[in-house]
This record gives sequence, C-alpha cells and structure tokens, in this order.
Amino acid sequence: MSVTERIDAYPTRTIGGYGVRAGRPLPFGATPVPAGVNFSVYSEKATRMWLVLFEPGAEQPLAELEFPAAFRIGSVFAMTVFGLDGGSLDDERLEYGFRAEGPFDPEHGDRFDATRVLSDPYARMISGRDVWGTEPDRDRPCPYRSRLVPDDFDWGDDAPLRIPTEDLVVYELHVRGFTRHPSAQVSAPGTYAGLREKIPYLKELGVNCVELMPVFEFDEHDNPRSDPGTGEPLLDYWGYNTVGFFAPKAGYAATGRFGMQADEFKTMVKELHAAGIEVVLDVVFNHTAEGNEQGPTISFRGLDNATYYMLTPAGDYYNFSGTGNTVNCNHPVVRDFILNCLRHWVSEYHIDGFRFDLAAILDRAPDGTPLANPPLLEQLAHDPVLRHCKLIAEAWDAAGLYEVGSFPDYGRWAEWNGQYRDTVRRFLKGDPGTAGELATRVVGSPDLYTGRGTAASVNFVTAHDGFTLHDLVSYNDKHNEANGEGNADGANDNNSWNCGAEGPTEDPEIQRLRMRQMKNAMAILLTSQGVPMLLAGDELARTQAGNNNTYCQDNELSWQDWSPHETGEELYRFVRSLIAFRHAHPLLRGADHPGVCSGSDVSWHGTRAWEPDWSADSRLLAVLRTGDEQIYVAMNSHWEPHDLELPTPQSGTDWYLVADTAAEPPYDIHQPGAEPPLTDPGHYRIAPRSTVILLAR
Amino acid sequence: MTVEVRSREQDGVTVVELDGEITSVTSGELQQRLLPLIGRSSTTVIDLTQVPYISSAGLRTLLLVHRRALREATSTILVGLSEEVRFVMSSTGFLNFFDVRESASSVLGAVRE
Repeated sequence: MSVTERIDAYPTRTIGGYGVRAGRPLPFGATPVPAGVNFSVYSEKATRMWLVLFEPGAEQPLAELEFPAAFRIGSVFAMTVFGLDGGSLDDERLEYGFRAEGPFDPEHGDRFDATRVLSDPYARMISGRDVWGTEPDRDRPCPYRSRLVPDDFDWGDDAPLRIPTEDLVVYELHVRGFTRHPSAQVSAPGTYAGLREKIPYLKELGVNCVELMPVFEFDEHDNPRSDPGTGEPLLDYWGYNTVGFFAPKAGYAATGRFGMQADEFKTMVKELHAAGIEVVLDVVFNHTAEGNEQGPTISFRGLDNATYYMLTPAGDYYNFSGTGNTVNCNHPVVRDFILNCLRHWVSEYHIDGFRFDLAAILDRAPDGTPLANPPLLEQLAHDPVLRHCKLIAEAWDAAGLYEVGSFPDYGRWAEWNGQYRDTVRRFLKGDPGTAGELATRVVGSPDLYTGRGTAASVNFVTAHDGFTLHDLVSYNDKHNEANGEGNADGANDNNSWNCGAEGPTEDPEIQRLRMRQMKNAMAILLTSQGVPMLLAGDELARTQAGNNNTYCQDNELSWQDWSPHETGEELYRFVRSLIAFRHAHPLLRGADHPGVCSGSDVSWHGTRAWEPDWSADSRLLAVLRTGDEQIYVAMNSHWEPHDLELPTPQSGTDWYLVADTAAEPPYDIHQPGAEPPLTDPGHYRIAPRSTVILLAR
Repeated sequence: MTVEVRSREQDGVTVVELDGEITSVTSGELQQRLLPLIGRSSTTVIDLTQVPYISSAGLRTLLLVHRRALREATSTILVGLSEEVRFVMSSTGFLNFFDVRESASSVLGAVRE
C-alpha cells in the first residue's frame, strides 16, 4: 500500500523565507506534521504574535515569522512552518520562542513586553541550562529556548505499574543528590542515568515507589543568596521553581548537553518499572519561576499575565505560595494546561503518580477564595488518562490554608499527612499526651480520612523539607547558617530531640540512644496503616549537619554519602528487614480503617493486656492487629522499661519476636521464619524508648 | 556534510564502515545509503570506529536500520564504539537494543568459527 502525500504538506505563503500555512489551534505547542511543524500558542490579549526561530547556540534569531491575522482562531495563533527549500524543519537544529505584542497595563493585569522572546508554555524540551551549574550568560536573549522532542521512544511492553496504593513503600529522593557524591560510584554522577545504576540498591532495600523531587526544567541559578563563609553564590538545588512544565530537567541528564534528556529520563523510568518500582513526580503548579513584579518575564507573564496568575483587584500578584506569584489554577485555560501537562507525563513518560507541592493552592478560586468543589481537582480525579495514577496532595499552602484531612478528594486524592509526622515525632521525644493521637495515626488516621480509607494517608516522619531522620534525633534546633539568611529560614517547630548533646558526639550512650530512636521511628512508620514514605538516605543515617532547609545546598550537606559506616550498615539492615516484613504481612497494609468491614481487627493494650493507658502522662501504647494472623507492636517512649503483659494469641499460636529496637544487632530484627519464640510466652520486658514487634504463628 | 559509507562482503558478513558525525544533518542521507545494504547477508556489522559523535537523530537512524534488519530476519552488530558514543548510547538506553562487539575482526572470527 502506498502512502498518498497529503495536500496540506505544501505552504500557502512565504513568511521570513519559510513556507507556511494556517496551522491547527490544537494541540498547543510545537507538533510535527507532514513536512513541517505546527506551532500553536494561546494569548487572550496579544495584538500581534511572532514565531522566533533560532539555530542552537546562536545569540540572534534565525528568523521571525509574524502570525498573519488569518492564522488566528479565537485567541489562538497557529501556523504550520515548512523547511527551507521545501525540506522539513530540522527539529534537532531548531530552537524557538514567541514574541507577543499587547498592552502593558499592570492595573488591569496586562504585562506584555514585545521586546522579549518568550518560551512556549508547552515546550517539550528547554535549552539554556543544559549542564548543571555552568555559569549562565545573563545577557543572552531568550535564555530558555523551546525545542522539539521525538515522541518515538521504544517502551516495549512497559506501562505504569498500578501497584495498589496501600501496598506502596515510597522513597523520596533528589535525582542529583542521590548519586552526585563520589562515593556513589556511578558512571554518570547526579543524573537520571546515575539513578538507573542504583536500581539494584532500591530493589534490595525493598521500596516499590520513588518520588522524585522536581524534575521539570528549572534554573538552578535562580537564587540570590551566597554562602556566608565563602561568598560563593548558592544555587536553587531543589528546583521548586519551574521554568518548563513539559520539559525534563536537562541538567539532571548525563546527555543534557546533547539534548537527549527525554530519552535518558524515559530509559530510567522503563528500568525502574522493570524492577517493580513506580515513579511519582513532585510537581509544582502553585507558582512559576517568574516571581513577582520584579521577576523575569519568561513565558506566562508575557503571553497572558491575567490568565495564568492570580491578581489582586489592583493587578498585583497574590502570593499564596510564598514565592512571589500564584498560578491561577482554576481558570479554565490554566486547568487545561495543568491537565495536559500531567497527561503528557503519564502518556509520554509513563509516570505512575504525582505529588502536588502546596496543593491547597489548587483549590483556590482566581480571587484566592478556597472552593468547596474546585473544578481542577475534580477534573484531575476523573480524567481518563490519569485514571489510575496516584494523586497526592501536600494539602496546605504558604498563606495558611491547611487542608490535611479536608482536601477535596473526589475519592481519588491522597495527602501528605503532616499530622502523622508531628504526632510520631512528639511521641518519640517523649512528649506527654500523645498516646491517644498516636493510636489514631498508626491505623491510618480515621479522624482525618473517614470514608477515604488508609491509602489517603501518606505517612512520613521525615521528608526533604526539614531534618533528616539522623538529624531529627541529633539536633534540638535547626542550624541553617550556611543558607545565608542568618539561620532565619526553615521551620522552627521541628519536634526534634538531640538525645543529650547537640550535633556530633563521642558519647556512646547518646549514640546508642540515637540509633534506637531512628529504629523506633522506622518501626512505627513501617507498621502503620497508610502509605509509608521514607526520605532517601534515612536508612543510612544521612546527616545534613542540622540544616533543615537545604534547598540551596548543592554539596556534601545534601548529597547522599555512600561510604560504608557502622551506623549506616546497622540501620540499613534494620530498615530493609522492616520493609520486607511489611511486604510479607498484608495485615499492616489494610486499606480499611479499623471497624470498617475489613478482615482485620485492631485492639489496644498497655502494660496490662486489653488495658491501654490513654492518660496524659502515658508514653506506652501497644497495638494488636488480628486477621489471618496477629501482629503486636508495642511502642514505648518512656525513659523507663515496662513489663508488658501480652494479649493471648489465637489458639494454636504463640508469640515470636520480630524486632526489638533495644536489642543489639543482629538481634534487633529477625529474618522471616527465623523469629525466636519468647522465653516467657505471656510477657515481654520492653526497654526504655524502644519498640517491639511480635508475630503470632 | 555527509557520513562516508564503505561496505564490503567478507566471510558471508556485510561490513559497513561509517566515517563522520551522525546528526540530523547527515542521518537522512545515511539512512538512504544504509537501508539497501541490509539483508544482503545474514549479518551486518556496522563499524563506528570513525564516528566521533551520534546525535539523537543519528541514534534513531541506527535503531531504524536495526529494526529493518530484524524485519528481514537478519542481525546487525555495532562495533568500534568510542567511549563517548558508548556513554551516550548507554545513558539514553539505545545500547540495550543492539548487539555490541569490540571490533569487526572479532565478529568475523566468531562467525568463521
């Protein structure tokens, strides 16, 4: 069968030396079509629009093609451009942007600036920050240029894994920080390819989901601060400052300098999937890198400021994100933008889910009012392409909207459970009055998520934002001097306890207590119902020297140090075994809250079986889960030991010891099938500040 | 700018030596010259010793040739990859699709056996 050439593969006129014809308004962005490329961009108020073409690396444009009036449908400018001499455009040798003319009238929301070449909001790839950290040329016109990416990646049979949410063990990591340290011993440190080389480690650890901190293109140089010691500029290492929402971060690719970040990223996802590991992206839709009035005009501001940003009646930027601007998420055009962006990542990159940064902003109306039925969240919940991907909200914002437990969920949304974190931390350090709340937290927070099930609760003790687990038990206070703000940045309410000395200590007693506290945190987290999330490196006792806000620390403070050390090895073995224990026992992962038509039952115990102590000064709580088997977890944050009377196990079974955080390794945790029986079957002496896990069989 | 293509038949194997950078500029013509060589023998060895760089479009051309060979029930073997080319192919996953050997002579020796 021969393919008949299409009649629309020919130009209807010539502009700037290029053959062109009226384009298709959808999809937005640059799309290869027969013999050419279709460019489409939306702007409500632009009076004129140009497509600006560059050769890679060239400072000045190759050509500027104004969209003729006839090429405008509605508020969309669309043009198909054919190559010179009748050939097709060479997408590898092409960078582009738009120039938009329109009113500059901030009071009415308009900030057009026809002198600037803007990047395409739908750019599949952005060039300009191709190699991490290289000094940018700030005078270069259009520093972030849009590029095309072939969408022909060979996925084989790969597809998103669709692991039931309640079965996940999430591992939050920073692509660069995970393998940048020389001790990582990978061939491409700090990249997607480097992460790929660590898949065997992830598999051995047992996590089945990685949550990647922002990987949308951002500018690591977008940070005004300097190291107070050396005067060296500090980078934006975390990247919660998106420049290109459809583009993978080039500086995280070993092949970014060749423009092959998309292939490298996809290969990483494909191999993670092959190892049974899902990929969740931390996405930042609440604000953009354009900042406030003083910030750079990159894209949205120059295309349609009043559409994309929430503006006050006076035309100023609302700042619910704490970073200068707020994306106007529930404007219909922006809703479509976010939806299309997520569909792109799911269909083109096989992403399994998303964690939405400051997600409370996603349910605000254009004037900032929180909506009871935010159309964006409903749309994402029911979208056919996103139907099976995980949607996880960081259910608060920087302007005081706190929605943990009340985020509009449409039966789909899960949340970072900040209350879980706070409660477990307070319990661990021995605060009074926490036993009751702890009970609620370890069974999936039914007070917050009734009707939504335990999988709505992403449980965590630590995350990128805040202390690492090691630092949580080693510092009472944050130590953020290196961030250049006189220790004023970062959270103050850490609920941390240093176990007797601030920071590094040679005191063996304190060291032992810290180890036990880290194990306690992991033991509680990994035996709680809900979805446990670990911060990368916590299983190796990673330290940030007390810095709880390392957003700008692209150095040893943030990078995972893989050098073997005793503490790390001991903790790693404990955590790995705990994860395996969780995977082996569905009882710990029950999707229903206690008492909700599930095949399991939960009961509470204290030093006496069946007699939990809910009093304010109680620091001991034991939870017994009963289903096809029985698991008993006793948590003691008291500085005294207690003799526990154990509930009688189901007839024909006896209690076996799975873990005791107070025991020296290798007796701190026992391998499946090798758990020893208790010497005194009805009793167990729980040591001070320790956690005990028993299994009846 | 073109990639030079030199082919020869030896021991029942087609050996194709390429010389030059394979990029979007050169890959179109290269593809037209490579495809007719596929299927002449059961094995096509593509020697990249003189290829310092392969771009995204170039890698796609090689993969296309490989796919075409598979369709004709023949095989392709890449040899003579520079460290840089190997690194790029490995990082982007393209290496996984190919049978890669050290040099053309190692393949010819193996086939002869």
